[in-house]
Amino acid sequence: MNNAGAYDAIVIGGGHNGLVNAAYLARAGKRVLVLERRDRVGGSAVTEEVYPGFKFTMLSYVVSLLRPEIVRELELASHGLEILPLESTMTPLPNDDYLVRWADHDLTRRELYRHSPQDAEAYDDFGKLMYQLAYAMKPMLGTIPSDPTSLNPKDLLGLLKLSKHFRGLGKDQFYALCKLMTMSAADYLDEWFETEPLKATMSASGIIGTFLGVRSPGTAYVLLHHYMGEIDGVFRAWGFAKGGTGAVSEAIAAAARRLGAEIRTEATVERVIVADGTAVGVALDTGEEIRAKVVVSGLDPKRTFLELVEPESLPADLLDSIRRFRIRGSSGKVNLALGELPNFTCLPGAGPHMRGAISISPSLDYMERAYDDAKYGDFSRHPYMDIIFPSMIDPGMAPPGKHVMSAFVQYAPFELNGGWNEEKREAFGDAVVDTLSQYAPNLKDAIIHRTVLTPWEMQEEYGLTQGNIFHGELSLFQLFFMRPANPWADYRTPLKRYYQCGSGTHPGGGITGASGRLAARNILKDW
Amino acid sequence: MLKGTPFHSRTQPLCQAQNWRRWAGYIVASSYELTHEREYYAIRSAAALIDVSPLYKYSITGSDAVRFANRVVTRDAEKCAIHQVMYGPWCDEGGKVIDDGTLQRLGEQSFRLTSGEPNLRWLLSNAAGLRVSIIDESDSVAALALQGPTSRDILAAISDAELDELKYFRLTFARIRDIPVTISRTGYTGDLGYEIWVEAEHALELWDALMETGPDYGITPAGILALDIARIEAGLLLIDVDYIPANRAIIDARKSSPFELGMGWAVRLEKDYFVGREPLLEEWKRGPSWDFKGLVLDWDSLEQVYAEFGLPPQLPSVAWRTSVPVYADGRQIGYATSGCWSPTLKRYIALAHLRAPYAKRGGRVEMEITAEHQRKRAAAQIAEPPFFDPERKRA
Repeated sequence: MNNAGAYDAIVIGGGHNGLVNAAYLARAGKRVLVLERRDRVGGSAVTEEVYPGFKFTMLSYVVSLLRPEIVRELELASHGLEILPLESTMTPLPNDDYLVRWADHDLTRRELYRHSPQDAEAYDDFGKLMYQLAYAMKPMLGTIPSDPTSLNPKDLLGLLKLSKHFRGLGKDQFYALCKLMTMSAADYLDEWFETEPLKATMSASGIIGTFLGVRSPGTAYVLLHHYMGEIDGVFRAWGFAKGGTGAVSEAIAAAARRLGAEIRTEATVERVIVADGTAVGVALDTGEEIRAKVVVSGLDPKRTFLELVEPESLPADLLDSIRRFRIRGSSGKVNLALGELPNFTCLPGAGPHMRGAISISPSLDYMERAYDDAKYGDFSRHPYMDIIFPSMIDPGMAPPGKHVMSAFVQYAPFELNGGWNEEKREAFGDAVVDTLSQYAPNLKDAIIHRTVLTPWEMQEEYGLTQGNIFHGELSLFQLFFMRPANPWADYRTPLKRYYQCGSGTHPGGGITGASGRLAARNILKDW
Repeated sequence: MLKGTPFHSRTQPLCQAQNWRRWAGYIVASSYELTHEREYYAIRSAAALIDVSPLYKYSITGSDAVRFANRVVTRDAEKCAIHQVMYGPWCDEGGKVIDDGTLQRLGEQSFRLTSGEPNLRWLLSNAAGLRVSIIDESDSVAALALQGPTSRDILAAISDAELDELKYFRLTFARIRDIPVTISRTGYTGDLGYEIWVEAEHALELWDALMETGPDYGITPAGILALDIARIEAGLLLIDVDYIPANRAIIDARKSSPFELGMGWAVRLEKDYFVGREPLLEEWKRGPSWDFKGLVLDWDSLEQVYAEFGLPPQLPSVAWRTSVPVYADGRQIGYATSGCWSPTLKRYIALAHLRAPYAKRGGRVEMEITAEHQRKRAAAQIAEPPFFDPERKRA
């Protein structure tokens, strides 16, 4: 046993939440060691130069709700973090028309008006309602979940505080919230709009990272998330980090190091050492053992509870919950190095729309059909895609005049019929390129290099169980005090001094850093 | 009719927003796009091209050029090496700031001085008896600021300048394509950046050269709205906004000394003489009454102010330029003159005049916030500008 280190805390996994957690623990004066299996930090938020001169945002490609208090408290700007706005979303249509939502309100209204005068007005009303609801819901993102069944005064106080935020809601807002909680994204949007590509594109936020379709109940809720960023003074919540999402991780790592944390890469933790129901350190795959007063897992709940510790050390009901925890991978990623930009026939040229997102979501039927393929174990032949051209936003991502393209693709089920192999992976890549070529015929000839990542690669290379990008689906029954399992939603575990801080805990999902920060708060409270 | 700058025939068609403003009798773009947001980000992440031609520019030449420069500016012009640039203020006889700008040493006996307001008459009156010629070249010299992390790459691609050797606050003579230019590594953004000085007759060629090569590096024409946010983040003060030039002040209380503007570092009292030295020496001995500092608004406090009305904090989308009271110990101890939401820092920041004891004490003060038509106060931390200071600025 190596006691030379004498660390206060070991954080397993150098993903962005692990790094945030380590930074906050170090900020509180703790001696922290982060252990990362790969050769670089970042987990799913990494930028890799797969092909010389071209930088790929390998998996995660946009920053959605990175908590501004983390940017401030860890002084991430001084460590190089810059988040650039993604200004527009264009949905190209098969009939060579398009729908663009711009950053400018008047431009968007005029564009929506072209498709439906009513939708142009409904869009503003919808936006206002979502803004009001997001204001009421937002405190949840920064709150440690309380156990609603507990009579512990602390839990009751937490619930009381939270209920205060809802008291301000008017009747209409309350009913809208109930609908968002129960309806499908498609049904809810049908109540508001008639323009198919508008509904389809908006509905996508309800299905990303889940194995559900836009017509599956419960998918409406995530629509709200899009409006939450605005309330934090993060106008345009969706942004692209200069240097790719890897730069977010690098900035957090730099902050953690400045605060005194130590980060070791290529250090694979095999198990957490437990003595008398208490975590006392970790064992690496090399046999090296490192002791610490506290062990924090930034890995997903399956790994945190079923792989890092002996199952017999945990209560059976928790094991049951974690085994049933839904973590089905449903998406893939296709990254391209391009000699020239794709030229969309509906809106040719490298205009401002190429600096925003391109959404392949022409209609709700298209979205649901993509899910139909996946339901029965195939990847979508015509998938939903969310595409950006990082080099259009940050010219440093590709050599001058060249470009990189990042395509998030859904659906690609982890449990593919016959399993994933190289041939199927490339067939999936072909389906993506073929689908996109229907809108931008020059694409195929522009490709210099292609990297296809299926849920299988996400699991094997990036440590995401079943390739689920959120460490567990963001379905209502897996959120807040049920994430990942009650009553263990407060970042604690049944093992003393063993904590969780990954995206599989509240609030989870995307590059928010919130799980890492909230976990640190409870760890320090217990110290 | 106000004048267009020498770049006007290029900037005018680009100005989608049709949003123009006055600057020294010229019109310049407030923003080119409908909002200035992307233009701001170009400054911080790519390269912004900003027409700064309206700056006043004075050529100072002659065998007494150094003596003259040293007489007018508070900094030590003798220490200004050839091809060096010095930023600083100049003062009236009472030691109050008239203007601030850059003093560029173009040669042994040759300087260029830039300023925010016209200064020819004042400069000439101080040249009496010196062998120096002062020429107003404000109209004949055009200027572009190329600011941002990729600015060096763009210049490297189209100029013969030795950019790796061009240090911060130094200048070089070069050619961009075939156009003779002066490139100084200066700017008003606190980022890596350059200012390019060119005879007005070559202005359009220069613009075209930059805009032809620049797109591969994300070049973006940017207006004053974007620049204003960047300069506040950089803690750079603006004449007529953050201070009133002494020669324009109707009452003495409106005048500020360099010490009171946080520019004490630029005042070389050890020099034998410069305009305003005596009163500044006195002020230095007794200690100035005011100081100029940064304020960082406390987010939780802002949230509280607005939560009272059931609102999230309402943040300014453009920089403001008004006088806003600052309080401590229950009384007003200063006023902020510029402020903005910093998109990079995710902080609400301001520049403020504070009574010296409070500035020295540091810590927390309160700034007035108008929320739902009501005057409220939000907590703010006194900070030393610049708020944002990336390594690349000097690297």
